[in-house]
Amino acid sequence: MDVKNYYRCVMLFILTGLLACSNNVQVSGKVGLGTAINENQIRKWDIDVGPSGTGLPPGSGTVLIGEVVYQQQCANCHGDKGQGGLANRLVGGGGFNTQNPVKTVGSFWPYATTIFDYNKRAMPHHSPQSLSDDQVYAVTAYILFMNKIIDKDAVMNAKTLPLVRMPNRDGFVPVIR
Amino acid sequence: MSPNKKFTQRRGFLKTSLAVGAGVGGALVSNSVTAQSNTFLEIDPWTKTQGSTFVNPPYGLPSKYEKNVVRLLPNPPPLFLTGSRTPIQNLHGIITPNGLHFERHHAGVPDVNPEQHRLVIHGLVDRPMIFTMDDILRFPSESRIYFMECSGNSAAELKKAANNTAQQIHGLISCCEWTGVRVSTILQECGIKPEATWVLAEGADGAAMTRSIPMSKMLDDAILAYAQNGEMLRAEQGYPLRLFLPTYEGNMSIKWLRRLKLGVEPWQTREETSAYTDLREDGKALQFTFTMEVKSVITQPSGMMKLKAKGFYEISGIAWSGNGKIRRVEVSTDSGKTWGEAMLQDPVMDKSLVRFRFPWIWDGAPAVLMSRAVDASGEVQPTMEKLIAVKTANTFYHNNAIQPWQVAANGEVTNGR
Repeated sequence: MDVKNYYRCVMLFILTGLLACSNNVQVSGKVGLGTAINENQIRKWDIDVGPSGTGLPPGSGTVLIGEVVYQQQCANCHGDKGQGGLANRLVGGGGFNTQNPVKTVGSFWPYATTIFDYNKRAMPHHSPQSLSDDQVYAVTAYILFMNKIIDKDAVMNAKTLPLVRMPNRDGFVPVIR
Repeated sequence: MSPNKKFTQRRGFLKTSLAVGAGVGGALVSNSVTAQSNTFLEIDPWTKTQGSTFVNPPYGLPSKYEKNVVRLLPNPPPLFLTGSRTPIQNLHGIITPNGLHFERHHAGVPDVNPEQHRLVIHGLVDRPMIFTMDDILRFPSESRIYFMECSGNSAAELKKAANNTAQQIHGLISCCEWTGVRVSTILQECGIKPEATWVLAEGADGAAMTRSIPMSKMLDDAILAYAQNGEMLRAEQGYPLRLFLPTYEGNMSIKWLRRLKLGVEPWQTREETSAYTDLREDGKALQFTFTMEVKSVITQPSGMMKLKAKGFYEISGIAWSGNGKIRRVEVSTDSGKTWGEAMLQDPVMDKSLVRFRFPWIWDGAPAVLMSRAVDASGEVQPTMEKLIAVKTANTFYHNNAIQPWQVAANGEVTNGR
C-alpha cells in the first residue's frame, strides 16, 4: 500500500474534521484516541507559573521562614549567603556588557515568578518537588531579600510576587523569526 | 583556483588501496597501517576455524576493536554533569548510532515505565486529554531524518582554543531517523482554541524541564517521537516519549514528555531566561534564538589525529543548517586563501546532516584545513572573527564559526582556533 492509499484508508475511519492529505501533511481530523481529563485530575502536574503570576498557588511565605528553609535545603550547594559553591551563585553579580559578566538570580533573571516556578519544579536538587507551596514562597522571598530586591518584612504570595520588579527586567530582547 | 580542484573531478582515487580500519577507536588516519612491499600473506587464524555463534550477544555490539569510539564527558567532569559528546571524528555518513547520540540532561536520566507514562494536553484546548503510550503508538506516524544540535555546542571556543578533538569541541551534534506522531495530529484530538499562540512542553524528569514553544512551530513540523533509528528511544533520549523540534536548539525538544499546555505567551521559564539566551555586547540578551544556523566541520582529519605520510587523504565532514538545505560546502587547505567545492553525498536533505568529501594530496608542508557551508537561504558560515564582531565572545550559545585544523609538517593535526 503506498502512502496515498494508506492515508485514504485512515480517512475512512475519521468521523469528523477536514482532510488534508499529501506526502508532507499528516492526516487531519480526530481519530478518537486518548481520554478526556479534567483540570482537577491533573492538579499535581499543573505547576507552571507565568510571568504575570498565572498558576501561582494559594499560600505565602516570609523572608524569615525562607531563611530557615534556605539554610536547610539550599545553602549546602549555593552557599550560606547565596554566594555560590558547588552550584550557581544566586546573589550579586552583573556587568553584562563587560568581559566577565556574572549572571545570578538577582542580577540576570527578568521575572520573580520564574524563581517560584523553578524552585517548585526542580529544587532542591537532592529532592525535587518536595517543598510545600508555603516553603517555595518563603525561599523565593529569601533569595529576593538576599539580593536587596525586597525588604526583610515582605511577604510573598500570588498577589505580591508578580509585582516584584527584577533589576534586569528590561535586559532581554525577544527574537522570534 | 585551489590546487586541489583538479582532484574533485573523478573519484578514481577510491581504487587507491587505503589500509584503513586496522587499529581502531581513534581516527583512520592516525592508525593507518601500510603493508610492506615484501609482505608474503599467510592464512589468518580466523580463516582456519568456525566463528562464534549467532545472537552473541542478543543485542549486537560494535566490534571489540572499536571500543574507544564512545561518548565523552568533559575532562575533568563537573560535579553537576551537563552533557556527553558524540565522537563525530569516528563516524561515517550522516546517521548517529543510538548509543553515540550526544546527551544533555538537566536532572539526569529518569527511569520511566512506559506503561505508567502519560501525556497530558491541556490549557487553551476544547477538551483536555490524557494519552497512554498505547494511544500514541496508534496514531498516524511519520519517520524523518533530522539533525539535533545543542545551542551550547562549540561554546568554549568563542573565547579561546579550549579543546583538542572534533568530539570535544563540536560533539553536541547528532543526526537520527526519528519516528512519531505529528504534534498537529494529536492536537486535533483536543481542539485548539484560536487564541493559543504558545505551548509549554514539560518533561517528567527531576528538572520537570520546561520550554515555551511557538504554536506555529508545533503545527509546522514538530513530532512526538517514540523511536530513533528504528528502535524505541534510548532512555537518555527521552524514553518513552520526547518532543522533537527539527532545526531548533536541542534543549527545546523536551525529553520524557509528560505535558503540553497551550497558552497565550511564553512562560519565561528558567531555561529561556537565565539559560539559553545569548548575551550581546551591550549587555542585553537575545531571547528565543531557536534556530541552529548554517555550520560545518571537518571530521577527518581533525584534532589529535596524525597524518603518517605524504599522499592522498579524503577530507570529510558534516554540514547542517536550520535555515534551509545545505547548498554547498567549500574546503580550504591553505587557511582560507583558496577554496574548492566539496562533493555532497546524496540525498541532501533539509534539516539533516549532510556528508561532504574533498580529495586532497598532502605534500608534507604545514597546512590549515577549513570547511565553510552555505545554505539555501544564502547564509554563509562565518569565520570566528566575523562571528565575534557581530555577536560577542560572551554570547556563549550558537557558535557556528568555521573550524580550522592545523596540520604540522610532522603530520600532527591540532585545533587551529
